Amino acid sequence: MNAELALIGPILAAMFAAATPLLFAALGELVVEKSGVLNLGVEGMMLVGAVCGFAVTVKTGSAPLGFLAAAGAGALTASLFGALTLGLLANQVATGLALTLFGVGLSSLIGQGFVGIPLQGMPKLNIPGLSDLPVVGQALFGQDVLVYLGVLAVPLVHLFLYRTRAGLVLRAVGENHAAAHALGYKVIRIRFLAVLFGGAMSGLGGAFLSMDYTPMWAENMTAGRGWIALALVVFATWKPHRVMLGAWLFGGVTIAQLHVQGLGFDIPSQLLSMLPYLATVLVLVLISRDVARIRLNAPACLGKLFHPDA
Amino acid sequence: MDSSLPTDPPPPRLELRGITKRFPGCLANDHVDLVLQPGEIHALLGENGAGKSTLVKMIYGVLHPDSGTILWQGRETRVPDPAGARQLGVGMVFQHFSLFDTLTVTENIALGLEKPGPMDALAAKIRSVSERYGLALDPERHVFHLSVGERQRVEIVRCLLQDPKLLIMDEPTSVLTPQEATKLFETLRRLAAEGCTILYISHKLEEIRALCSRATVLRGGRVVGACDPRLETARGLAELMIGSELSSPERPPQGAAGAARLSVRHLSTTSDNPFATNLKDVSFEVRAGEILGIAGVAGNGQAELMAALSGEVLVADPASVVIEGARAGHLGPRARRALGLAFVPEERLGRGTVPELSLSDNALLSGYASETLVTGGMVRFGRARAYAETIIKGFNVVTHGHRAEARSLSGGNLQKFIIGREVLQRPKLLIVGQPTWGVDAGAAAAIHQALIGLARSGAAVLVISQDLDELFVLSDRISVLFHGRLSDSRPTHETSVERIGLLMGGLFATPPDEDGEIARAL
Repeated sequence: MNAELALIGPILAAMFAAATPLLFAALGELVVEKSGVLNLGVEGMMLVGAVCGFAVTVKTGSAPLGFLAAAGAGALTASLFGALTLGLLANQVATGLALTLFGVGLSSLIGQGFVGIPLQGMPKLNIPGLSDLPVVGQALFGQDVLVYLGVLAVPLVHLFLYRTRAGLVLRAVGENHAAAHALGYKVIRIRFLAVLFGGAMSGLGGAFLSMDYTPMWAENMTAGRGWIALALVVFATWKPHRVMLGAWLFGGVTIAQLHVQGLGFDIPSQLLSMLPYLATVLVLVLISRDVARIRLNAPACLGKLFHPDA
Repeated sequence: MDSSLPTDPPPPRLELRGITKRFPGCLANDHVDLVLQPGEIHALLGENGAGKSTLVKMIYGVLHPDSGTILWQGRETRVPDPAGARQLGVGMVFQHFSLFDTLTVTENIALGLEKPGPMDALAAKIRSVSERYGLALDPERHVFHLSVGERQRVEIVRCLLQDPKLLIMDEPTSVLTPQEATKLFETLRRLAAEGCTILYISHKLEEIRALCSRATVLRGGRVVGACDPRLETARGLAELMIGSELSSPERPPQGAAGAARLSVRHLSTTSDNPFATNLKDVSFEVRAGEILGIAGVAGNGQAELMAALSGEVLVADPASVVIEGARAGHLGPRARRALGLAFVPEERLGRGTVPELSLSDNALLSGYASETLVTGGMVRFGRARAYAETIIKGFNVVTHGHRAEARSLSGGNLQKFIIGREVLQRPKLLIVGQPTWGVDAGAAAAIHQALIGLARSGAAVLVISQDLDELFVLSDRISVLFHGRLSDSRPTHETSVERIGLLMGGLFATPPDEDGEIARAL
């Protein structure tokens, strides 16, 4: 009994950690989509962030510099997308897909010299008193800084979108870009900034993977998390707190299936590895069956090109 | 008409001198002069493409003139952007509202203000302004819940909160019931009395005669006249606009109504779309030789009715839509066309035509069967071209030929083409949504004549429109759609604009959330 109870703490802790890359990437993409832009390049931006963060940390020995580099690299990759779709009016879906392919290739190239190099994970940030609580102490209060930042980003994004003027303008641009333009808002500029933010967040999510969650670089190490992040945003009907629940669900099932694999059941490990993806999509599909809710929260101009003179 | 007044000490609120704006391939404004005095309600008249929108967009800073000067209260000014215009004191209510459906009234208004301040204080301000001018509004509601009239109030209140000195209204009443329009006029007169100048753009000439003290007429980008509309007839104004004599449609008396060509029985719809209006127990019939008009303010179920009748959306009970005696509720658009139905949707580009396709290809899309433009799966392009040319000639469509892309035509010409395409197929039943929305007077008269002619030749015609004047010209009987319910029909000569207007405001219907019998208020 006690042994099982003792397991809960580490499992919870691992779940929050597994959810963090998704949380960053999905929150970033949520803001992008709320501004009316669909960037399917999340996976690519995560990979570029992952490899840049890793490389900078290895070279400089400074994890904060690494994360900064990851955010910058993600934003830079995103700026390419922004320039093509917002500046040159390229199709957003095609450009986003191309961005992912580009990110996979670029990250492999940059990462060539870094395969197999070990990296010290981030130190745990223990909160005195609280992290010594039984069962949940380590899970809730003994995590890495980025795990806290990820959770903190949820209310921050919510406050920004629904309580600030800048957030209101951003939602307005995503809802009806022609009207926003008629009122004198700079649609392209606002969307570009949102795209940069989305890139930086994706980069951070990727860097958390390569610098902390599994402190190493491997090609394609995001393993489709960028796509899950995209799905999370839609199925969470563009609500930050639901994105968080979805990310935790994904993290929870990831960890649970690892433990099941460890217990040695006679189930092919490939099937078990599929579970987190399957479970996330299934549960979110169930949640989002309410068509009305999607219609009310979906940015009406999502993916539509905007030209100020039209 | 009288020449421009000598500039007396209070300088004009706004003066435009020699404003010229050129777009690729067209001169939208050609040396336009305009003088607006403080406190006057000034009409800007003109057909589609006369350059009215371009002109007001330059006043509001959305576009910039190529040459010419703008004087604001006597001082030369450049309006860099809409924010700059608002700072000067120019407010604008757009024809297509610049509102955001999923945001609240307060949020929408905040977006139009430079310094909205805290939301609670703004909501209080909205309440006080809307009470002062009799524009009832709930600041907390989401815009998609609002009626079109309420949406317009949001736009007006947004302008009023900035203490405008000049308010531009672009076709403000095209979406209002007559009663709502009357209320709007009261507000506008009150504003003008307080010293605000109002520039009023409309093609509804009776309104302009009732409301405006001066009018400037544009044609082909130039000022062709100025007058006091109160001293003119509506016909005279229309002829000034189009520059030639206006023919009103001839209306031969209706023969005995024939058999029912379309019967709708207890038609109800449900939709996943929260913005949709569900139809509730709609029943009516249209007989051979008559035109039935369905009035109503947009958003009361017109789109849903149109979709259910055309077959774009199938209805659960096949018997609820009967075309030429055949149960058709379960049939798609092609099967319904085979029964003799033709339809002209409200959206000209995207539903009525494919914008990127040529006119002959667009003629092919609905005429391929009845005009045998396709045999054995192969398109007979020669016949399709000939058919398109027949439409273009027969309906005076101004275009450079059957190769022109549909989107290159002006609204009125495209509508003439679409109506022509359907009418020439000799349908037994024609359903038309908003036949002359945004269409200028000359084209509207031609379209009306075509519809009347079709009905008198024995077809049944159903017209769904928000334009009451149009329905009174066209219809033999009129019904009103409100919150998805349809009133009983009345012969047109037994009713009046006022009565239909009351019905459009919902006088006949029970509250939308309750079920029950429709009160027969006619």
